[in-house]
Amino acid sequence: MRFAPHTDDDVRQMLSRIGRGSLDELFDQIPADVRLNRPLDLPAGVSEMQMVAEMRLLAARNRDVDEIVCFAGAGAYDHYVPSLVWQLAGRSEFYTAYTPYQPELSQGVLQVLFEYQSMICELTGLDVSNASLYDGATALVEAVNMARPAGEGRVLVSSGVDPRYVETLRAFGRGGGYEPEVFTSGEVPPIDDGVVAVVAQFPDRFGVLEPVRDLFGAARQGGARAIQVFDPLSLGVLASPAELGAEIAVAEGQCLGNHLSFGGPYLGILAARMEDVRKMPGRIAGETVDVDGRAGYVLTLQAREQHIRREKANSNICTNQSLMAIAAAIYLGWLGPAGLEELGRQCAARAAYAAERLCEVPGVELLVGGRPFFKEFALRLPRPAAEVRDALLDHGILAGVPLEDADGHALLVAVTERRSREEIDGYAIALAEVLS
Amino acid sequence: MTAQGAPVRRQGPPVGEGTLKDLSHPGRRASSFALLEVPDAPVPEELRRARLPSLPEVSEIDLIRHFTRLSQMNYGVDTGFYPLGSCTMKHNPKAAEEVAALPGFRRLHPLQPDSAVQGALELMWRLERALCEITGMARATLQPPAGACGEMTGLLIMRAFHADRGRARPKVIIPDSAHGTNPASVRLAGFEAVPVPSDPRGLVDVSALAGLVDEDVAGLMLTNPNTLGLFEMEIEEIARIVHAAGGLGYYDGANLNAILGRCRPGDMGFDIVHINTHKTFATPHGGGGPGAGPVGVVDALVPYLPTPTVERADDGSLFLERDRPRSIGRLHGFHGNFGVIVRAYAYVLLHGADGLREVSELAALNANYLAELVKEDFPLAYPDGRPMHEFVATARRLKEETGVRAMDVAKRLIDLGFHPPTVYFPLVVEEAVMVEPTETETRETLDAFAMALRQAAAEARTQPDLLHEAPVTTPVRRLDEARAARHMRLHW
Repeated sequence: MRFAPHTDDDVRQMLSRIGRGSLDELFDQIPADVRLNRPLDLPAGVSEMQMVAEMRLLAARNRDVDEIVCFAGAGAYDHYVPSLVWQLAGRSEFYTAYTPYQPELSQGVLQVLFEYQSMICELTGLDVSNASLYDGATALVEAVNMARPAGEGRVLVSSGVDPRYVETLRAFGRGGGYEPEVFTSGEVPPIDDGVVAVVAQFPDRFGVLEPVRDLFGAARQGGARAIQVFDPLSLGVLASPAELGAEIAVAEGQCLGNHLSFGGPYLGILAARMEDVRKMPGRIAGETVDVDGRAGYVLTLQAREQHIRREKANSNICTNQSLMAIAAAIYLGWLGPAGLEELGRQCAARAAYAAERLCEVPGVELLVGGRPFFKEFALRLPRPAAEVRDALLDHGILAGVPLEDADGHALLVAVTERRSREEIDGYAIALAEVLS
Repeated sequence: MTAQGAPVRRQGPPVGEGTLKDLSHPGRRASSFALLEVPDAPVPEELRRARLPSLPEVSEIDLIRHFTRLSQMNYGVDTGFYPLGSCTMKHNPKAAEEVAALPGFRRLHPLQPDSAVQGALELMWRLERALCEITGMARATLQPPAGACGEMTGLLIMRAFHADRGRARPKVIIPDSAHGTNPASVRLAGFEAVPVPSDPRGLVDVSALAGLVDEDVAGLMLTNPNTLGLFEMEIEEIARIVHAAGGLGYYDGANLNAILGRCRPGDMGFDIVHINTHKTFATPHGGGGPGAGPVGVVDALVPYLPTPTVERADDGSLFLERDRPRSIGRLHGFHGNFGVIVRAYAYVLLHGADGLREVSELAALNANYLAELVKEDFPLAYPDGRPMHEFVATARRLKEETGVRAMDVAKRLIDLGFHPPTVYFPLVVEEAVMVEPTETETRETLDAFAMALRQAAAEARTQPDLLHEAPVTTPVRRLDEARAARHMRLHW
C-alpha cells in the first residue's frame, strides 16, 4: 500500500525538470560508507484490508473492558465516553491539523483550546490553565519546574501521591537536580527556606480524602508552592484546588472524554494563579482582535516557550495533547454543572456500595478504614492481590490494581458511574468464591 | 491565477454566537445517567465544594453545531496542502484511525495483567523491532509521548551512561540551526548547551566542532539531514570526533522522512535516536498533539532505557519487565501514547521495506521539484546544497527590493488558497521560507503552489498592499499578538 500519488510518468517528468537521471541521484550526497546497501529487513507492505485483518488479530488477543467488567483505576478510569465527543473531536479538520501557528487558518482549534482553558479554570477555581501537557505524571513534573524557576530548591512529596507520578518526578529530577523527598501523608513536614514545592494528592492514591488544607497553608506560609494532584471528575462534589489552598493544580485528564487506550494518549492538565502565568509550560491560547477589530484567538505568551527562549526555557514541551484537550472541552460541555455534580454523586455512591459489599466477604477489609473516600478505595485481602486479580479475570472481572502495600495484599478498586449494582454484586460473589 | 480565497472561511451566524459560554441557558443539559440504584453516600460536609463550577449549560445540538462550526474554521491535511517545513504534514491514513479505535486496543486499561494484553504487547514488541531496523539501533522504548520527551529520555540516558563511568560531563553540543527543543531539553536534563556554528555550506563546521569537543562533552545532538534540509556529508568524521572524546551521538529524528531505507542513524555513528511518529509514520498531529517519540539506543545503552520494557519469556509470551536497576526510570505515567503507536505500526505494516524506501524517494523528488519551480523568486538559502525532503529558501532579496517580508508572502498564500510554509525558521536564515511538501502530494498540487508563490512574488513588486494586508478572506485577519500578550485574556 502506498499513499504517494506519483505515476511512472510523473516521476520521469519531474526528474527531467530538475535535471536528474534517477531517484537514486537524489541521495548522492550520502557518503557511500553509511548507505544501506540492502533492503530493510521488514515484511513486504500489504493492502489496507490485510493490515486491518492483521490488527484485528492482535486486538483479539487482548481482553478489553467491554468484555470484562473494569474496577481498575489508579489514574486511568472507565468513565463513559459519550458518542458526540469523538464524532466531533474526530472531525479531521481538527485531528489532521498542525499546531495553530497560522491563527487565521486555525481559529477552530484555538477557540476550542480557549474554551478548554476556561472550563479548567472554572473546575479548579484557579486563574489560568495551559492548553494541555502529555499526562498527569508529566504535568506534575512541569508544576515542580514552575516552582523551581532558578533550578534550585527542595521538593517535598506526600506519600499519598501516586507512586508512578513520584517515579516520573524522580526520573526528571535527575536532570533538574532534585530528588523528591517523600513525607508521610497526613503530616505537615517542616517547611524551611530550602523547600520550594510541596505536593499532595487529593483524593490520595488510596482514594482517601486526606485533608490537605493545613499542609497547603503551611507550604504557602513557608514560601513554597502548594501543588495538588486532583481528580477533575470529583469537582462537582469535592472542594476545588483553589478552595483547598493549592497554588498549582495538576491532573490526569483522561477521565474527561478520553478513551483508556492502554495508557495513552491522555491529557495533562495544569492550572495556576495569574502571578505564575509566565512560569507556565506549554501553549496558552488567548483572545485578541484582528486588524478590523474582530475578536479572535492566538497562541500567546510565546516568549516563555522553547522556540523563543531556547536553553533559557522552563519547559521543552512542543507537541502536546491538543486533541485530548478538544475532547475534554466537548465532554465538559456535555456534562454541564448538573452533570458534573450527578457524576460525582454517582461515583461516590457506587464506590461506597461496592466497598460495603466487598468488605462483607470474609477476610476482606478496607486498607485504610474509617476514612472518607470518593470513587476509589483499597482493600486488604487475605491472599496476594495479584493472584486474586488473576483468578477474578476468569469470572470476567478486572478486579482492580494490586498495590505493593500490605506485602502485596492490597488491591485498589475504582468504581465509576458505569458500574451497576448488578456488576458490583457479581464482583462480591466472585470474590467470595475465589477466596473460599 | 486569481485569488480564489482562503481555504477556510468564517462559518455560522455572523453575530450572536461566540464561545460555548454564550450559548449557555440555565437548566439545559446534554448529559444523562442511569438511575442511581444504590444508596446515596454524600461526602463529608467539610470536604464538599461550596459552589458548583459555572460550566456552560447547553443541549446536544448546541454542542454539535458549535464544534462543527469551529472545525470548519480550521485547516488540516484533509483540507489541503500543508507544506510546513520540519513538520512532515503528510496524509494520515484513515485505516490507521479505524484500527486504533478497535475495542481491543482503545478499551484496554493500562494496568491490566500482562496475560490480558498479549496483543498490545505483541504490537509494541513488533513496532520496537521495526523502528530498530529502520534506525540501526539495538532496542527502543515507545514510552516518550512526543519528540521533546524523547530528547529528555535520550539526554537522561546520556547522563546515566557517563555517571556510571564515573565522570559527570556538563556539556552537550548542538548546531546553531537546531530546533528550540534541543537547547531547552539539554538544560532541563542538567547540561549546558554549547552551540557549534554552521559553515558556509550550511553544514556543521567540523573544525569548529573539533575545537569544542573535550572530556567535558557528554554528546552531540544532530538531525541529518539537518535543519536546513541538507545532508551532513561529513557525518562519519563528526561521529569520530565525538566518540574519540568519549561522547555520545544523539540523532534527532525530525527529518527521518528523508532517509528511510537509504541510510540509518546507527550506521552513521549515532548512539541514541528519537523518532517522531507524527511526522515520519503519518500519525495525525491532532491540532498540536498527540504525537509519540520512541527512542532507540545502541547495545551499550540498553540497560538505561526507561522502565518497563517489553520482553519475551521462554514460552513465547510477552511481559512488562520492571526490574531494571540501571534504568533512568519512568518518563510517562503509563506506556506512552499507545493509541498513536498503534497507528504508527499500521503505517509500517502497510508500507513494508519497499514502501518506506519509496516514501523517502518521492519526498525528496517533490521537494527538489518544488525548489526548482520557485528558485527564481525564492532562492535556496544555501544554493550549493542539495535539498533532500525539504528545502530552505529565502525571501531576503524580495524584502530588499520590495519591502515585502516572508510573513507577508505567507499571509498572501492563504488568500490564494494555500496553507503557508514555515517562515523564520531556522533562525540562522534571514527571511527563511522552509518548505516540506512530503511524498503524498501530486505534481499538480506542487505546480499550483509554485504558481501561487510566484504570483505572490510578482504582486510584491506591483501591488505590495495585497501582501501587506493579507489575508482578507479568512474568518479573522491578522491578529494583534502584542495585545494578546499584554491584556492576557486567557479564559472567558
